[in-house]
Amino acid sequence: MNVIIFYILAAVILVCSVLTVTSRKILRAATALMFTLIATAGLYFLLQVNFLAAVQLMIYAGGIVVLIVFSILLTHHMEHQFDLAEPKKAIPAALAAIAGTVICISTVLQFDFTSRLAEQTTAPDVKLFGRAFLNYGEGGYVLPFEVISILLLAAMVAAIMIAKKNKQ
Amino acid sequence: MIEGIELQHILIVTTLMFFIGVYGFLVRRNLITILMASELILNSVSINFVVFNKYLYPDALQGYMFAIFVIAIAAAEAAVAIAIIINVYRRFKSVNVENVHEMKY
Repeated sequence: MNVIIFYILAAVILVCSVLTVTSRKILRAATALMFTLIATAGLYFLLQVNFLAAVQLMIYAGGIVVLIVFSILLTHHMEHQFDLAEPKKAIPAALAAIAGTVICISTVLQFDFTSRLAEQTTAPDVKLFGRAFLNYGEGGYVLPFEVISILLLAAMVAAIMIAKKNKQ
Repeated sequence: MIEGIELQHILIVTTLMFFIGVYGFLVRRNLITILMASELILNSVSINFVVFNKYLYPDALQGYMFAIFVIAIAAAEAAVAIAIIINVYRRFKSVNVENVHEMKY
């Protein structure tokens, strides 16, 4: 059962990623991106990392995709279709991507992972994440947590500053 | 871990997703689609972190934490990038990369 669900999710991820980068209508590309991100959340659920799957659904599929769709609606005409990529640019890019894929996959297949697999203990739950985030002792994450919150605040202020209209 | 699925299978899926993102990043000529391609790249990398953490070090939390911080940074990056894109659109009436070779304020 798990195996079937994994292969369905993998197929959705791959097909929708290809649609994201090749679709000629931008809103379709954004929809395909949303399905990719939702399938990724499904993969996290399958790996039993429920907190991360919820975060993925809320922030990526809920927040970032909505932001992208808003900016598409503000800057594009819906009937607009992109030109097909010129072969002069598409062929070198495709060659670079294929070369990278071949190198990475051959490296992955050569490495011996099976002897390093660890015994599975309990799945991490939300309590564990919460304690780790606010723990300032050994193995705690309170400093990166605070730094990332400052970064998000700075990014929000910067976004408002950049996007607001000039007075003159 | 997912019963019956080897680590390599998930890594192959994420590798393909990463390089599809790279291809889109190189080929697309529109700022918003470039942003979407970079989201694909970030997403595949955070899957990798989670999978390594889950399969090889189930007691540790570093991989999950890294994935969460990647998601947070992607959110901040998307907000700033879209503000810049809207500003560029206001100035040049287009969001294609050819039109924005000058970004002087």
